[in-house]
Amino acid sequence: MIDLNLIAPEIFISLSVMTLLMIGVFLKNSQRLVFNLSILTLVILLAVNINIFQLPNNSLFGDSYQIDKLSTFMKIIMIVSGIFVLISSSQYLKLEKIFKIEYPILVLSSILGMMVMISSNDLIVFYIGLELQSLALYILATFKRNNILSAESGLKYFVLSALSSGLLLYGCSLVYGFTGTTNFNTISIIPQDQIYGITFGVVFIIVGLAFKISAVPFHMWAPDVYQGSPTSVTMFFAILPKIAAITVIIRFLYVPFYSLIDQWQMIIIFLSIASMIFGSVAAIGQTKLKRLIAYSSIGHMGYALAALATGTNEGIQSSIIYMTIYLVMNLAFFSCLLMLKKNSIYFEKIEDLSGLSKNHPMLSLSFLIVLFSLAGIPPLAGFFGKFYVFMAVIDQKLYTLAVIGLLATVISAFYYLRLIKIIYFDKPVNEIDKNNNPGLRITLFLSTSFIVFFFVYPNGITEFVKFINLI
Amino acid sequence: MIDFPILSALIGLPIIGSIFIFFNKSNESKLNSSKYLAIFVSLANFLISIYLWVIFDNSISDFQFVENREWIKDFINYNIGVDGISILFVLLTTFITPLCVISVCSTIKYRLKDFLIAILLMESLMVGVFCSLDLVIFYIFFEAGLIPMFLIIGVWGGERRVYSAFKFFLYTLLGSVLMLVAIISIYFISGTTDIIKLFEIGIDPKYQNLLWLAFFSSFAVKTPMWPVHTWLPDAHVEAPTAGSVLLAAILLKMAGYGFIRFSLGLFPLASEYFVPLIYILSLIAIIYTSMVALMQDDMKKLIAYSSVAHMGFVTLGIFTFTQQGIEGSIFQMISHGLVSAALFFSVGVLYDRTHTRLIKDYGGIVSVIPKYAVVLMIFTLGGVGIPGTSGFVGEFLILMGAFKKNILVAMIASLGVIIAAAYMLWMYKRVVFGTITKENLKNLSDLNKSEILILVSLAVLTIFFGFYPEPLVNSYEVSVNGLLDKHNLNIQNYSVDLKYD
Repeated sequence: MIDLNLIAPEIFISLSVMTLLMIGVFLKNSQRLVFNLSILTLVILLAVNINIFQLPNNSLFGDSYQIDKLSTFMKIIMIVSGIFVLISSSQYLKLEKIFKIEYPILVLSSILGMMVMISSNDLIVFYIGLELQSLALYILATFKRNNILSAESGLKYFVLSALSSGLLLYGCSLVYGFTGTTNFNTISIIPQDQIYGITFGVVFIIVGLAFKISAVPFHMWAPDVYQGSPTSVTMFFAILPKIAAITVIIRFLYVPFYSLIDQWQMIIIFLSIASMIFGSVAAIGQTKLKRLIAYSSIGHMGYALAALATGTNEGIQSSIIYMTIYLVMNLAFFSCLLMLKKNSIYFEKIEDLSGLSKNHPMLSLSFLIVLFSLAGIPPLAGFFGKFYVFMAVIDQKLYTLAVIGLLATVISAFYYLRLIKIIYFDKPVNEIDKNNNPGLRITLFLSTSFIVFFFVYPNGITEFVKFINLI
Repeated sequence: MIDFPILSALIGLPIIGSIFIFFNKSNESKLNSSKYLAIFVSLANFLISIYLWVIFDNSISDFQFVENREWIKDFINYNIGVDGISILFVLLTTFITPLCVISVCSTIKYRLKDFLIAILLMESLMVGVFCSLDLVIFYIFFEAGLIPMFLIIGVWGGERRVYSAFKFFLYTLLGSVLMLVAIISIYFISGTTDIIKLFEIGIDPKYQNLLWLAFFSSFAVKTPMWPVHTWLPDAHVEAPTAGSVLLAAILLKMAGYGFIRFSLGLFPLASEYFVPLIYILSLIAIIYTSMVALMQDDMKKLIAYSSVAHMGFVTLGIFTFTQQGIEGSIFQMISHGLVSAALFFSVGVLYDRTHTRLIKDYGGIVSVIPKYAVVLMIFTLGGVGIPGTSGFVGEFLILMGAFKKNILVAMIASLGVIIAAAYMLWMYKRVVFGTITKENLKNLSDLNKSEILILVSLAVLTIFFGFYPEPLVNSYEVSVNGLLDKHNLNIQNYSVDLKYD
């Protein structure tokens, strides 16, 4: 008998998506109601998932759906960031005149897709989840449909993402063809070294997933999409799909294809080094804030991948810690961006920040903290993310990876410092509007305090993450 | 009373003070309360550290006032404590900080509140560096200090402040990340990052050289040693007076302290192995940067280059592995902390009045501001290392240590002392003596109260330690002995091991 309690979150979110859609269609002017109800839905999901975290690992539907510590933890951090993304974006949506009922519903359905991805233990279930989240994301990217940049970014995202999904699917079919099964656990038992076809399949799957997390050399879409999408959607893009995709990468690499570690380790190391270096070098010349953060997140994905290249439980754990800290830093960074507007027009260029600290000491201080944390300077949270990653990497004696990664940190410090320089050292040019809504402030306050005070009690996360063992 | 976490209090008090200042309103009347708060906190910290020094037992070489609490489970402990060496640096830090705060209060005109916060944060972090007994904790304090210093140079600096701040930050960061790799490797090689334990179990000799180089890359940048010293003149020239003082007096000492504590303590064999490298780099620093200093026309730059030369003596002394050499290095660091701080304050005094630091813009000011000329003379002589100033004791001991090891090195290093005399005295002559030709110099005002307070307290100590170095020597002597005994024991053990292999 299948214990449906375990997938209560998925069932609940599907039901509420449909209900909210009905409410939105039949009630006039119900944007606000739908928006708030979807936040409420996420809060309930969070509570249920925290409850599930205490249960032992379990699998459902003929072993094709896995509810374990990894999936539940990733769902929890994903839902938490979903809540904060929503509450901090309402003001932006209103000012940009895209406060529509579809927005929260699309967000919820893509979260549903990601939850399925995260829990999937089967190639087909995984693909269904991936497509569900992608379809919702395509629409979100073009949400500001009168804006040419937004339309362009949506189209670009659609084409490239569909291409990568095709590669993924091709990889999946190769794997199925050579093993005769779609189930991860069954694939892992098959002696894979003798069947070369599987290796090809793995390569295609990794390429497809590298597209999703925008690892170099499959990153080209990221800067344009980040730039063109509405900022609140960019915030969503920068955080949630990456959490889901990293989880899927973890599961792919460590469950079905763990015996091929010699094959994929090189690929992951290459992706990681390329992302770290490219992410930090390419960001130096940027003049737009959102493009800058796009390159920065490319670099950050490199660090998360570096931990995964180790092939150990510590690697998984440190990668998850890194993603958790990364998401908090991004929440903080984007909520700073969402506060920067003058006469209801949002800042786009880096120069607009010039001399911000003169008139807005609190906001600039948060910015400063976030930027130093992104650069990985102790004692801020970003340092600990990198610290755990390099612990795992050096434990496996991957010294080259560690040294290159740390040198890339230094390069990336340059452009974070450039932002700080503009905020703190330059002469003020712009006053910004002060009327920010409480949701945005709460997000910024909580995420910045997390970054600053992480060092006081780092055990909080590490103890949770210790439960996640795949090997 | 021993249970009271006195070192944590030293680290925590300035942070608490800076939080209070941050939430203080920044209008005129409240600004004064911020000033008093900052002065009060830094003085309180100084008094606490004096108390610490008084109750410190300098007859044993162990770490005292140790606090050891679990921080990251099964991994890193928050482990701090002081021995006879580090307590002096803690004292130096807590002594220099109030002086910086006083100077800032009277000279900085804009965003004073932020400056005070930055200085107090700096103090916490620097005290933390000197107290930490765990490599990771050390690294965190060491690196975190970059943030306030970057802001101090960048916000309140001169014209090329952005370039200098970036150079400072990136150079130091680049050096330090390799140290982070080394620290993590040590954890996997030896199973702990607690340095008291590491001193006992030691580090596998076959890894020592690489690890030593990684630590060296960080400390060499920070010291700074030739050829990675170029950030220092830039940073010094552009930083505001208090920033230069903090940099010269304390930040540079973190590296010297690191050499003694970590390079010597953790990697005895590698330290012996790399002696030629250190000697060569130190000699180049002493001779070459002294020559460069001779040609400077900017006073701050001149003092900055002289700092590089003085730190060259320090590294030379540490790696002689002799009682005199190491003691001399510690003494030299403390003395340089006082003298260079005083010299930067003195340049700051002139700069506040005339807004130029070029030597050629001065001349003959002795007849206008005689008090200033007197204190500047004391510090110039201190910088030269004339007997009777604290500069002499350190350099003399270092050269003695060097003579024991290698006469040629010692002779070349002695030349540096002569060049030092040349550039310091020449600068003094050009600035202070002669006849006044510039109009704007004729109505310079002499030292005001806060400047007298700062400069005289530094001058008194410079002369006092020159004649009576006993208090400092007493405090570090036993610890240095302990360090050397351990070092020699390690070397012996290793050669015995080699024989049986």
